[in-house]
Amino acid sequence: MTSPSTDHVVRRRAGTPHTSMFLRMLVRAAVLRRGRAASALLAMVVAAAVATAMLNLYVDVQAKLRREFRKYGANIVVVAKDQQDLSADTLSTVRSTLGHGGSAVPFAYAVARTAGGHSVVVAGTDFEQVRKLDSWWSVTGWPKASHDALVGDRAFSVVGPLGKSIDLSFQGRTIRLNPAGTLQTGAAEDSRVYISLTDFAEWTHVPYSTVEISASGSPQEISATIQRLAQALPDADVRPVRQVMEGEARVLGKMRATLLVASILIILTAAVCVLSTLTGWVSDRRRDFAIMKALGASGKMIQGFFAAEAAALGAVGAMIGFALGVGVAIWIGRANFEVPVTPRFAVLPVVLVGGIAIALVAAILPISLLRRVQPANILRGE
Amino acid sequence: MFLRLLYESFRRQKRRKLLAGIAIMLGVGVATAMIAVATDIGDKISRELRSYGANLIVTPQEDTLDIEIGGVNLKPPSDGAYLSEADLPKIKGIFWRNNIVGFAPMLPVSVSLGEMKRLTLLGTYFSKQLAFGKQDFTTGVRVTHPWWRVQGSWPDDNSEDILLGGHLAARLNRKAGQEIEIGGQPRRICGILSTGGAEDDQIIAPLPFAQQILGRPGAVRRIYVSAVTKPEDAFARRDPKSMSPEMYDRWYCSPYAQSIAFQLQEALPHSHAEQIRQVAQNEGTVLSRIKGLMLLIALAALLASALAVSASMATAVFERRSEVGLMKALGAGNLAVAVLFFAESALLALGAGSAGFVGGALLARQIGQSIFDSQITIQPVLLPVVLIIAVIVTFGGSAAAIRRAVKFDPVYALRGDV
Repeated sequence: MTSPSTDHVVRRRAGTPHTSMFLRMLVRAAVLRRGRAASALLAMVVAAAVATAMLNLYVDVQAKLRREFRKYGANIVVVAKDQQDLSADTLSTVRSTLGHGGSAVPFAYAVARTAGGHSVVVAGTDFEQVRKLDSWWSVTGWPKASHDALVGDRAFSVVGPLGKSIDLSFQGRTIRLNPAGTLQTGAAEDSRVYISLTDFAEWTHVPYSTVEISASGSPQEISATIQRLAQALPDADVRPVRQVMEGEARVLGKMRATLLVASILIILTAAVCVLSTLTGWVSDRRRDFAIMKALGASGKMIQGFFAAEAAALGAVGAMIGFALGVGVAIWIGRANFEVPVTPRFAVLPVVLVGGIAIALVAAILPISLLRRVQPANILRGE
Repeated sequence: MFLRLLYESFRRQKRRKLLAGIAIMLGVGVATAMIAVATDIGDKISRELRSYGANLIVTPQEDTLDIEIGGVNLKPPSDGAYLSEADLPKIKGIFWRNNIVGFAPMLPVSVSLGEMKRLTLLGTYFSKQLAFGKQDFTTGVRVTHPWWRVQGSWPDDNSEDILLGGHLAARLNRKAGQEIEIGGQPRRICGILSTGGAEDDQIIAPLPFAQQILGRPGAVRRIYVSAVTKPEDAFARRDPKSMSPEMYDRWYCSPYAQSIAFQLQEALPHSHAEQIRQVAQNEGTVLSRIKGLMLLIALAALLASALAVSASMATAVFERRSEVGLMKALGAGNLAVAVLFFAESALLALGAGSAGFVGGALLARQIGQSIFDSQITIQPVLLPVVLIIAVIVTFGGSAAAIRRAVKFDPVYALRGDV
């Protein structure tokens, strides 16, 4: 009398003899021919890793490069319409419209007189924000305290030596400033004296007239931002800085195309490598094929066997390769852009399907060639 | 006998050799193309980055302070020093003249239009024909300020036509093709200019017109120069006066923004040249990032092709175990067999590698033409380098398989057992 559990096993074995044998053959084939299976798997892993890294880079590099291009400074400028002032809440409106996707810096300008009678443009701004927005400013010392000033390289000649305080007058009101450092940009900023917006407003009572905005995102997102800003600020003029936007679009477009070509070429090469290794692996096993056929396996069954084997290899290789490739992409991001590339899991199905497809093609091709050959001939060694 | 074996092997196994050869060709081709693109991309992107406009500015040495807010100059017109227009072509005579993409002189003057006072009229070159020595070239804002857009047509540099800034045109309610009176004379508005900058509120005119209004023929206020430069490093920032003669030569002969500015200062009397940091500094960062990225990608390509080549070689050798068995059964030593196989691999690597190099060069050319609209130059030194790599990789790929094939007992190999 059999116990219920053995009975169960017997019934299961009786019901699925093929599956069990099939699995056993798959596993034994991989275990017995470790060397060949390992080299095929290795090729698959490396190819999948290279493909993953390239696809990840292709998707992510544009975001990374955009970040670099943001260092060119403002790409949107808000100015008052003809001879009007910007309303006092412009800056807060801009900031709430932007959300986290950018920064905004106010600028106020006035022409003041130095003690020596020269005219000089004084600008009021938010130093902390400017430092982030205009990273190319070459500054010897940023102002920290109130009444500290940043003196342009050219303005320096009229306002006097560093270390001595400077007196500037505007409409009869005088302010005493401590130059904290000099500023060099090679552009209009060199002829100005920069002070903090609070000092500027107290002294001149002139409100800010320009808001420079650095909005991040693709060209479409930036034009959407411009439209939203224009709607939120009906009495101001919202302009894109074309110099910055067009330059970025051009370079990014070329880089995108180059990366695409590079990705295609490299993935193609990796695919050829997998194809040739796997083809070799399968045709190497002619004798297994012949024995199976001699023992009465149908052509379909054998094809299924080899296909399953190849698919399993492709899937395992692609998974390991994906993990490796993500690692490589992260490393490249860190080495080149100082920020890791974020892994894109959307790449995984592509790599997985691609890996299995290549493995299947590599397995089926030699099998269909072998199908026409008599098993006896193969077994005899011809 | 050896040569015959070699020859027969290639003659009789055309298909297999062809397959291995194709793999090598593909691998070498891709590697060559990617290396060529990576080494040349710095130059290409550098030229693309010129679309950010001028990266150097030349001003008079004894210049007074600019008093300018939002593009409106508040300085009395008589104030300030000028550069001489006649000196301009000398810019094309400096050491790095081939790196000068273009330059545009600017002369802002104040004009009044009816009740609108203190408008800025900017005199400049649009696309002017100049000559220095035997060299003819065209330069102007269309090169140095490529983001300027004109609705209508660009004025001719020798005409008296003008461009009207977009905002100003809207305020004045003028369109392209109409006339406007400036300085008592009617001028034709050739086009409406849109730049997204201060120029939108200005009048842009050919240089002689601005000089005529100012009453100073040949005067130029500043010159924008667009040059292809090398990213700045610590050496670039050093003061040329404190350098030893050899270092000075090296600095002078490197296309840093600083050294080009220095050479411009030498070429133009009483001038002061400086980099426009917004453009020059960021160019350097973007460029080095892109170069680094392409280098890493070229390495990835090299790895992928090395793998492809070695994999196909290993397969090719592995398939010939019975042949090895036969040779050994006939008395060939391990060394003789290995030498034969290595000679075959080397021949294959050299032949297919050269073909792959040619293919890769063509591919790189195609990439250069379709993406960057310019040639990608292939350094001839790349050929031996690529071939040596191909031979090493082919050897590496076949070595393990050859070793296994040689060690195999000929009896089993001949019987077909594995």
